Amino acid sequence: MRALTLGRWLRGARGRGGARAPRRVPPARAALTAPAPRPAPVPPRPAWQRGQQRPPQRKVTVEVLDRLEHLALVDFRDAEGVERLQKAIQFADQLHEVNTDGVEPMDSVLEDRCLYLREDDVTEGNCTNELLKNAREKVEEYFVAPPGNIPLPKLEERETFLQGS
Amino acid sequence: MAAAARGYSGVWRRAWQRAVACNARGGAVLAGKSGLAPWVPVVGLEIHAQISSNSKLFSGSQVQFAAPPNSLVSFFDASLPGTLPVLNRRCVEAAVMTGLALNCSINKKSLFDRKHYFYADLPAGYQITQQRVPIAVNGSLSYSLCIDNKMSQMVTKTVRIKQIQLEQDSGKSLHDDTRSQTLVDLNRAGVGLMEVVMEPDMCCGEEAAAAVRELQLILQTLGSSQAVMADYEIERQIEELENGGTILNETRAFDSKLGCTVPMRDKEGKQDYRFMPEPNLPPLILYDAKSLPANMNHQQVVNIDWIHERLPDLPSVKRAKLVEQYGILPEHSFTLLNEDGLTEFFENVVKQTQMKPKKVIGWILNDLLSYLKQHSLTVEESPVSSVLLADLLNLLEKKEISSTAAKQVLAELWKGEGKTPLEIVKEKKLELIQDQKELEQICQAVIDGQENEVMAIKAGNRKVLNKLIGLVQRETQGRSNPVLVKQLLEKKLSE
Repeated sequence: MRALTLGRWLRGARGRGGARAPRRVPPARAALTAPAPRPAPVPPRPAWQRGQQRPPQRKVTVEVLDRLEHLALVDFRDAEGVERLQKAIQFADQLHEVNTDGVEPMDSVLEDRCLYLREDDVTEGNCTNELLKNAREKVEEYFVAPPGNIPLPKLEERETFLQGS
Repeated sequence: MAAAARGYSGVWRRAWQRAVACNARGGAVLAGKSGLAPWVPVVGLEIHAQISSNSKLFSGSQVQFAAPPNSLVSFFDASLPGTLPVLNRRCVEAAVMTGLALNCSINKKSLFDRKHYFYADLPAGYQITQQRVPIAVNGSLSYSLCIDNKMSQMVTKTVRIKQIQLEQDSGKSLHDDTRSQTLVDLNRAGVGLMEVVMEPDMCCGEEAAAAVRELQLILQTLGSSQAVMADYEIERQIEELENGGTILNETRAFDSKLGCTVPMRDKEGKQDYRFMPEPNLPPLILYDAKSLPANMNHQQVVNIDWIHERLPDLPSVKRAKLVEQYGILPEHSFTLLNEDGLTEFFENVVKQTQMKPKKVIGWILNDLLSYLKQHSLTVEESPVSSVLLADLLNLLEKKEISSTAAKQVLAELWKGEGKTPLEIVKEKKLELIQDQKELEQICQAVIDGQENEVMAIKAGNRKVLNKLIGLVQRETQGRSNPVLVKQLLEKKLSE
């Protein structure tokens, strides 16, 4: 299956997304009938072409996978899981092909929103019983947890697919 | 005073740096086996101060020390799905105040991030903090420290403040090793913290302690944090620091509950916090007089200039004012500010007595304060009020009693039996003899009885005069003014 080009993928997403801005009116007609349009945030046509070569596939090592399992407590389970991860990384690597010189990174779609500031009043709390209903174990009014952190056993000691890698 | 067991806690970082020692002529002195300068310890501190606010940083639960477990917890604090953080304005103001007091640049746009790690008292699995762009950066803190133990020589040092960031506190874990379980109380989870990060500009535990103490005073003056940490904790931390020895770049955390340093949580190789922007919070925008938007709701605006105008006098300014206004020494002003309520006490006494402040300070620091320390009392708890002390000092100033007698009266006042200084003086017959004739008679009697001494004095040995003065004092049971007695004796002896 041919991989989608990033540009097509984006346009496709816009179409699938449903409620998006209507198709742009050709400039000549717009000048007569509508006020000057604001500059479109997304160019109507791709401004760059995808390179012919795919980025080289970087193999994810067992050490990295093991560390991920420790840090995020995920389980890659089997070869298919690891392969899926590889493919996901490769797909995301396509982003490196985009020229971002002079473009400020966006880290939140909320960046143009106002951060709401709350008054310093006590309006919540006092629901100990309700909260403790969720707890499997409790002692008086405390939640019960295992002692400290039980780290994932080392790779050699675990029964995991990664061992065989 | 309420003591929050974690009003204030520190993480000690000790890094070793090559030192380039310079001799007086400005060259570099090389020492050590390899020809390089010897290693010199430097200390960097990260201090978490709990923000003084009614409610938490991102939720409306109450902030209170010692409440029933899990009673001050909202659904957001417990990280139940579907809850969102809402920033508390007061916490922002507290951080801005602190940043301004520490000469920082306030970032008009700062960002929130998530710092991920797993621990039972962090129900979300991450802490909301400000890792990329914190609210304040590049400040400085000046502090003084005594070169010797007698507080007679003080030097001023400065430590650079790298940044101040807003972040959430975690809950509290109670480790029950016997039953192999941890009990979790989330009352503290989500309380606002200001993390003050200092550069490694300090050389030793003493400097670090002095810097922390000054920061504590500043935070208490601003009211942005109660900054209460038991003294023993400070000392223990200094000890731990000194025992750090030759460990290279070790980061240890001080667990104020356990009372000792413990290895950082989750030490399985290097901890990776997988920082990511907090997706639920837009950037925090602060304004000043110039950038203030015209149409915005006041309640939604934090104006840096408005806060700056309302900053109270910082400890260093208060000290300078005390020295200028009362003519006391800088070391005195340090002690005054170091003890809660002592400055007010001192100023009250000065207002109510004719004695000069320079003399009053001696009574405050040497007599009153030492009594308080001996009995582990705070100024507030003092059985001797400023009114009583002022009365006593007035008697002394008017020369109705001698200073020895005054000390006796103070000892009596200390019992707190409700007597006034005047009553005690009359009771113990400590008044100075005012009748000149009576004094003259006693002096004459002493002179008459000490022929040898009189001859020695007349021959030129003035020191023996002190013996005669002492004898007169004894005769009068301490009720004679030594200056007057000396004058009378000298007059008689020269006749």
